[in-house]
Amino acid sequence: MSATELAAAVAPARPERVRRFEARRLRAPLSVLLLLGLWAGTAWLLAAPRLFPGPASVLEAVVRELVAGELLFHLGWTLLRVAAAFALAMLVGAAIGIAMGRVAVLDDLGRPWLLFFLNLPALVTIVLCYVWIGLVEAAAVIAVAINKIPNVAVTVREGARALDKSLFEMARVFAVPRLAVLEHVVLPQLAPYFLAAARSGLALVWKIVLVVELLGRPNGVGFQIHSAFQLFDVATVLAYALAFMGVVQLVEWLGFQPLQRRLERWRR
Amino acid sequence: MAALSVNVVRKRFPALGAAPEKLVLENVRFAASEGETVAVLGPSGCGKTTLLNLVAGLDPEFEGRIERPPGRLAFVFQEPRLLPWRTVEDNLRFVLAGEADAKARIDAALAEVELPDAGPVYASRLSLGMARRVALARALVVRPSLLLLDEPFVSLDQPTAWRLRLLLLDLLARHAVTTLLVTHEPREAVMLADRILLLTAAPGRPRAELRVPLSPEERRDLARIEAVARRLLPDRPEPLAVEAA
Ligand SMILES: Nc1ncnc2c1ncn2[C@@H]1O[C@H](COP(=O)(O)OP(=O)(O)OP(=O)(O)O)[C@@H](O)[C@H]1O
Ligand SMILES: [Mg+2]
Repeated sequence: MSATELAAAVAPARPERVRRFEARRLRAPLSVLLLLGLWAGTAWLLAAPRLFPGPASVLEAVVRELVAGELLFHLGWTLLRVAAAFALAMLVGAAIGIAMGRVAVLDDLGRPWLLFFLNLPALVTIVLCYVWIGLVEAAAVIAVAINKIPNVAVTVREGARALDKSLFEMARVFAVPRLAVLEHVVLPQLAPYFLAAARSGLALVWKIVLVVELLGRPNGVGFQIHSAFQLFDVATVLAYALAFMGVVQLVEWLGFQPLQRRLERWRR
Repeated sequence: MAALSVNVVRKRFPALGAAPEKLVLENVRFAASEGETVAVLGPSGCGKTTLLNLVAGLDPEFEGRIERPPGRLAFVFQEPRLLPWRTVEDNLRFVLAGEADAKARIDAALAEVELPDAGPVYASRLSLGMARRVALARALVVRPSLLLLDEPFVSLDQPTAWRLRLLLLDLLARHAVTTLLVTHEPREAVMLADRILLLTAAPGRPRAELRVPLSPEERRDLARIEAVARRLLPDRPEPLAVEAA
C-alpha cells in the first residue's frame, strides 16, 4: 500500500456520512425509551401493580434490595457460578472442538456423543448432577458447563477445520517450535470462533445458572427469584432479572467488544 | 561436493475421485554445489512447486532420493505466506525461535530488502510487492544453508519485479547460500542462476541443462536494462515462456 492509499484508509469518512451516522446512533436509545413507554402504559392500563408492576415499582425494588445489601450478595454468587461454569465450558469445549476438528477419528467417534449432549435438556443434566454429585457447588457448576460444552465444541471445531494448511507448511519448513505455532498460527485463527462461542456461551450460561440456583442453591439470583415467586412478588422478580441482564450487558460492552476490537486490529 | 542433490525418479499424485492418477515429475536429477544458484525453468503446471515441496521435505511421497545440506532451510513460497495478524517484525521473529540477537538480525534483514521501517506494520496491510520482500527477508534472516524460491516475483508489475530481481541478485551474492530457484520466466533464470535445468511441460522431465556464462556485473546490467525497458515500454504480453518439448 502506498503512502496516499494509507492516508486514504485512515482518513475520516466524508462529513455527510458522519451526520447520517449520528442520526442512526439515536435509534437504539429511542427504541429503549419506546419499550419503557409501552411497559409503563400497559402497567397503567392493567392497573394491577402486584402482578404487572411498572418500571417505577421495579426500580424501587432494585433500590430496596440494593440498600438492604441483598442484591449485590446474590448477584455476586450468581456471577461466581457463571464465571466458573463459563470458564470450564470454554476450556473443555475448546479442547474437544480442536481435537475433533483436527483428528478425523475423534470427529467420527465424537459426533454421536456431541449430538446426544446437544439434545439433552438442561433440566435433565441439572437434576442428574444434583442426584449423582449432591446438592453442592461443584454439581451446580458442572451441570451448567455440561450444557454449554457441546456448543463450544461445535463452534471451535468449525474453526479448527478451517485452519490454513499453507501456514502450517511454512512453520514446518522454518522448523518453528510447536508452542510458537500454537500461539502465532493456530490461536489467532481460532480467536473469532472462541469469541463467538464465548458470546453465545455467556448468554446461555447465565440463564441456566438461574435454573440451577432455583433447584438447589441457597443463594444467587435464581434463588431470590424463586423466593419472590412464592410470594407472587413480580416487582422483585423483575428487579433481579433486570439487574443481572444489566451486568451481562456490561460484560459485553467492557469485555467482549474491546476484546474483539483488539483481536481484529490487524484486519484492513 | 554437492550441497544439494536431487534425484526424483517419479512423483505421482494418486487418483482422487474422478481425477485419475497423475504423473507430475519423472527422472529429474541435478545437484548444486555450495553457494551455487540453480534455476529450474519450466511452463506453468509442469511440477515446479511440487519439486520444491519434495526438496523441502513437505511431501515424502515420491520415488527417489533427495539430500539436503545440513543447517537451516528457508522457503520463499509462490504466495508470501505471512501471518497477516502479526506485524512484519513478529513475522520474522516467528522463524527465529528465541535466538539471542533476533532484534538486530530482523532489523538488518528488513534493511536488506529496503523496508527498514516496516517492522511495526501488520502483514495484512502490505502491498504484494512489500509482502514478497518481507517473505524474502524472513528467508534470509534464518541464515539458511539452502534457500528455495518459488517464482518469487510472479504477479508483480514488471518494473517492480525487475527491481526486486536486482535486489535478490545482490542478496544472493552477499549471502552465498545454495539456492534452488523455480520459475517460468527465462530472463529471471538467466539473470539469477549459475545453472539452468529446463523441464518439459507436464509431466516435468529434464529437457536440457545449461550453464549461464555471465559475470555478476553483466547480470546486474541485464536487470537494469529490463527494469528500464519495462518502465519505458508499454506492457507487452507475457514474456516468452519455455515451450513444450
Ligand atoms: N496435491 C495435489 N494433488 C493432485 N495433483 C496435484 C497436487 N498438487 C499439484 N498437482 C498437479 O500437479 C501438477 C503440477 O503442479 P505444480 O503446482 O507443481 O505446478 P507448477 O509448475 O508449480 O505450476 P505454476 O507455474 O502454475 O505454479 C499440476 O497439474 C497440478 O494440478
Ligand atoms: Mg508453482
